[in-house]
Amino acid sequence: MSDYLELRLSGSGGQGMMLAGTFLAEAAGIYEDKHIVLCKSYGPEARGGACRSEVIISSEPIVYPEVQEPDLVLAMTQEACDKYYEDLKSGGIMIIDPEHVRDIPDINGKVYEIPLTQIARDTVGNEITANVVALGALTAIVDWISPEALKSAILDRTPKGTEELNEKAFNYGYNYTMEKYMQSNSPVV
Amino acid sequence: MDKGRVAVITGNDAIAKGAIAAGMRFFAGYPITPASEISHYCAENLPKYGGKFIQMEDEIGSMAAIIGASMAGAKSMTSTSGPGFSLMQENLGFAIMAEVPCVVVDVMRFGPSQGVATVPAQADVMQARWGTHGDHPSITLALSTVKEAYELTIRAFNLAEKYRTPVILLSDATLSQMSEKIELPDPGTLEIIDRKIATVDPEQFQPYEDDGSGICPFAPYGSGYIWYTTGIVHDETGFPATSDPDKLAIQIDRLYDKINHNLEDIVQVEEYLTEDAEVILVAYGSVARAALATADTARREGIKVGVVKPVTIWPFPEQAIKKVREKAKTILVCEMNHGQLYWKVREVVEGKAQIAFLGQYNGKLIKPEKILAAIKEVTVGVC
Repeated sequence: MSDYLELRLSGSGGQGMMLAGTFLAEAAGIYEDKHIVLCKSYGPEARGGACRSEVIISSEPIVYPEVQEPDLVLAMTQEACDKYYEDLKSGGIMIIDPEHVRDIPDINGKVYEIPLTQIARDTVGNEITANVVALGALTAIVDWISPEALKSAILDRTPKGTEELNEKAFNYGYNYTMEKYMQSNSPVV
Repeated sequence: MDKGRVAVITGNDAIAKGAIAAGMRFFAGYPITPASEISHYCAENLPKYGGKFIQMEDEIGSMAAIIGASMAGAKSMTSTSGPGFSLMQENLGFAIMAEVPCVVVDVMRFGPSQGVATVPAQADVMQARWGTHGDHPSITLALSTVKEAYELTIRAFNLAEKYRTPVILLSDATLSQMSEKIELPDPGTLEIIDRKIATVDPEQFQPYEDDGSGICPFAPYGSGYIWYTTGIVHDETGFPATSDPDKLAIQIDRLYDKINHNLEDIVQVEEYLTEDAEVILVAYGSVARAALATADTARREGIKVGVVKPVTIWPFPEQAIKKVREKAKTILVCEMNHGQLYWKVREVVEGKAQIAFLGQYNGKLIKPEKILAAIKEVTVGVC
């Protein structure tokens, strides 16, 4: 496991990418006692438009605070994918939602196609949980953050009455990804 | 690690939290990107501490309100960005002249006038020094991490209270919007300085009488002391002294002396790998983080790079520059502007080392690779 990692979570305003970044940062920072930097960037739109949150996770204090070559890019829309995949580290990881990203870029790395929105809508029963489905998928693919830490960070912030929904979303994302991609492999990176 | 004290917070929230920890109980402001979250936090949280938040009609009123609150004895603060900082300049001068402790946060923008609101820049460094008219000193600190945002806000209040003067905090959009993990200290462990309060009989009280320390004891309005305050240059009574040339000079000297005689206390500067460095990077705020990262990568390539990071920008840390100019061959100033602190560094270097400037003013934080490229470019034939 590398001790310096850069993640970018991107999508459209309203898909919960900012909140997902906060979950990751708090899971790594508070539950795993790592150093973190979380940067959020979005356009003027309250809904729509490409937006992203970026998290750096490190065992050492983080000097330069911006993501330069992400180890992982999550893209929830085509626009976000087109805009944010290019500086992916060689050999890096992309997670895409095939419902929204039809045109997958040719990258030097591995692409995981996970129907995040479909799982949220059809299996969990609420499309807005797609960001939490994505975090479940992310912890299945990488071992930088334990599913337990991330789940705890999510439940710290979820409104009362939605804990079960969020836990379900996380677990479905995790399990789907484990079954589709990870059965014969241990988690990468 | 005490999990209960660990928080993932933005630079803006860290400033607000630090201010409340320092004892700030009055905040007046007008919303402006990228500083608004400081107001939001204070609006939501100050009442819990018995404090007051007021959204004023503009930044002129905001500055006036925090001066009034401070004269009544409260620790007060406002926050803004470039356009609002311009509007505050007149009353900022009043606070310097009338010696009113307060803290002004400027989350710097890019460009003149309205500029660009949402991107980082360091364009107000000279405005923090000379934005208000007339001869005056300035205490200005630059923030580069969320931890510093918390700690230096407390320090800003301590300096403001100790020296009876406004203190300016300069931040930028990178720091204001990003989150880092910090462990918030136990409030009981913090060093908190409160202004020296007048104890003489109210009848004998002279509001601007130097007690020998250079700093006049303060009598909060409403505490039984009745005194006159003006932005006009005054004598020890507080009334205008415009007809007495000697008294006029004394007051201006005292404004400078109370800062200049305490530089060791006020000036804070950090050095990294400067001992054997052939190239010194001078950088502050968010850019200092790029410079520190560059020093490490440059040394891996065999280039001896060190960093001088002024935390106190004004008064400028001249001694730190005088020390490195003797050994270093090149001093490269890196700023997100068209060249501001550069001129001060150049003045202090006095030609004793090669001086160069890397300015970036496109709304992006300077990357370490750009600084490294600049080092290689400017040191051709020098190192």
